[in-house]
Amino acid sequence: MVQSLNRLKESPSQTAGPYIHIGATPNHSGIEIYGNGGDLGRTLVGPDAKGERIVIKGHVIDGGGAPLKDALVEIWQADSAGLHNSPQEKRGKADPAFAGWGRQPTDGVTGEYRFETIKPGRVPFVDGRLMAPHVTFWIVARGINVGLHTRMYFSDEAAANTECPVLARVEHRDRVATLIAARGEEGGRAVYIFDIHLQGEQETIFFDI
Amino acid sequence: MTDQGSFYQRDRGWHPPPFTPHYKTSVLRSPQRALLSLENTISEMTGPVFGHGVLGEYDNDLIRNWAKTGDPVGPRIIVYGRVLDENGHGVSGALLEFWQANAGGRYRHKKELYVAALDPNFGGCGRTITDDQGRYCLRTIKPGPYPWPNRVNDWRPAHIHFSIFGHAFAQRLITQMYFEGDPMIWQCPIVMGIPDRNAIETLVAALDRENSIHMDALAYKFDIVLRGRRSTLFENRTEGN
Repeated sequence: MVQSLNRLKESPSQTAGPYIHIGATPNHSGIEIYGNGGDLGRTLVGPDAKGERIVIKGHVIDGGGAPLKDALVEIWQADSAGLHNSPQEKRGKADPAFAGWGRQPTDGVTGEYRFETIKPGRVPFVDGRLMAPHVTFWIVARGINVGLHTRMYFSDEAAANTECPVLARVEHRDRVATLIAARGEEGGRAVYIFDIHLQGEQETIFFDI
Repeated sequence: MTDQGSFYQRDRGWHPPPFTPHYKTSVLRSPQRALLSLENTISEMTGPVFGHGVLGEYDNDLIRNWAKTGDPVGPRIIVYGRVLDENGHGVSGALLEFWQANAGGRYRHKKELYVAALDPNFGGCGRTITDDQGRYCLRTIKPGPYPWPNRVNDWRPAHIHFSIFGHAFAQRLITQMYFEGDPMIWQCPIVMGIPDRNAIETLVAALDRENSIHMDALAYKFDIVLRGRRSTLFENRTEGN
């Protein structure tokens, strides 16, 4: 016998199921139950937030090529200076007008998700080198047994992407493209299209973090 | 205790694998390539915080938060417990969101196909935030089991869905709570996707007669464990455990 480490095991994940929108975005589901502000995570950007306003949108696509209409997408990112609006952020104080966390359903008809946010600054990797600007994604849905972590990078940050220590980890280099959203324009504002492929030739890189 | 260290590696053998073919929807929604392993960076070790100010008076009371003409139908229950990390420490300020079917097993959702009746007094969702010890409680009615379109005769055991935010995005978790003594737990392809029976049992809430409310509600105890952090003894800062 040896001494016990007295550790607990993480509760095992179970799928979010077909009705995640009831629990996470009840107003969107027609259950207007929370008076103050409605669904959490709907708005990331306050009027005084610093940085470039951007839109991120796309679909979550299954192995048969069909968009998921019952998924929930959450994002978490740094502000324009590379700081997170979190008590765990020890490097400085983030922009109080930028929440950094957002949550949106994929549309029940089209399957599209859409975030209005700002372009994040760079954040250091564990060894101090700068990572390229990125947005952390977490995706849950019916049929997804453990929530999927991935990252979105920006097509107009080619130099930063090239030196990003996380992207450098990708062994099969053709897969890096699955993490890079293409910049376009919509009504004078930058729009990044980020489609997430759960399976197949274009399967998105998912992270075990 | 320190909040500085990176998180313990997730034990993927304890969770259900992505591909669980008896749960048919997983077949086309499960990644097939290996996950890319990454040390925690600041992007995952941080996370949003939710103040108690977001909560309304009845947010953790599903008996009251959608009541229109009276109380919803069904067995009245209290669910209580703690959110802990793998080191056994309570996780304070954790946002819990929960959703469930009504007593007849019916969800308030336009894509729901089950014929059981809606309850005009039951919305089926709520939320709360843990206290400084990681404790929480909610009041609801016990959900019913229901059939679902998988194999022709698959039924879900009674369950409540839980979404949990700890202190970091790396801790993000969604799971389901089941009820002690329900034989249908062991017949469900979603539950049985979890490979280890001991892991399944951590999702089964215990009936707690001692904490029932006289002539009002039974109590179930359900603790939830989120990933724990390494101590920083030999990293940049020597902070204690």
